[in-house]
Amino acid sequence: MAYSNKVIDHYENPRNVGGFDKNDPSVATGMVGAPACGDVMKLQIKVGENGIIEDAKFKTYGCGSAIASSSLVTEWVKGKTLEEATAIKNTDIAEELALPPVKIHCSILAEDAIKAAVDDYKSKHSS
Amino acid sequence: MNFFSLYQLPEQFDIDLEQLNKAHKTLVKLTHPDRFATASERERLMAVQKNAQVNDGYSVLKSPVSRAEHLLSLRGVELRHEQQTMQDTAFLMQQMEWREALEDMASAPDEQQLTALDAELVGHINDHMTNMKMALDKNSDDGNQRGADEIRKLKFMLKLRAEIARLEDTLHEQ
Repeated sequence: MAYSNKVIDHYENPRNVGGFDKNDPSVATGMVGAPACGDVMKLQIKVGENGIIEDAKFKTYGCGSAIASSSLVTEWVKGKTLEEATAIKNTDIAEELALPPVKIHCSILAEDAIKAAVDDYKSKHSS
Repeated sequence: MNFFSLYQLPEQFDIDLEQLNKAHKTLVKLTHPDRFATASERERLMAVQKNAQVNDGYSVLKSPVSRAEHLLSLRGVELRHEQQTMQDTAFLMQQMEWREALEDMASAPDEQQLTALDAELVGHINDHMTNMKMALDKNSDDGNQRGADEIRKLKFMLKLRAEIARLEDTLHEQ
């Protein structure tokens, strides 16, 4: 299958690969997986005291589209509030990367990873 | 298409593999295009279709995970095209750890390390298979949902094993 140039760019030069110390209270982690293809994605966000996402990192084991989707969202969430970040839709990701229909689940995975990370942050800070 | 009835097997997870193989041979013969060389165009076309179904059914029923998926789909639980993500953090963390271990091994594959990791995975796969079978045998909504969960987990596990097999292949090619 032919990947779009944007997918190839993110795949060959992934942004923000890695992770933060999960014990750091300003860090939250979202873990998601796609059973259909066995892809696993970890997205971590570092949230400032003003509630703005200062930094994001990811680690994804999966196809080029899954890697590109997670790489893209680490760029997108930076500078956003938690609410703004959860407003990112998989359709925005799929459109930006020109994902073919069979790879839409990769963008769903990235959207759900953001939501899972934000949920983790909220549950860490609710008590 | 109900592959269990095509193969005249009881509609349940456990099947007699010998019976499946026997039925496959018979059905392949019955639907072989050569038998329809002199038949009408329509009959030939039908035989080709039937032959394809027979082969699809065989591969679906032969592997436990795809058989379980087929069984669930007959019960109205469709897993094949689901796009839902899994969020079982503990399970996914473990997946991540295995993938990382495998990634470390990839730079300098070592037969013993790969075999040890594979054996560890097989142990977990067997546990998930047992849970899946018990859940599916209940044939209840709750059992089907739990069975579906085990199938989802098994897919991650099988993907990992496929990666190990791929690395082992590269070892033997050298």
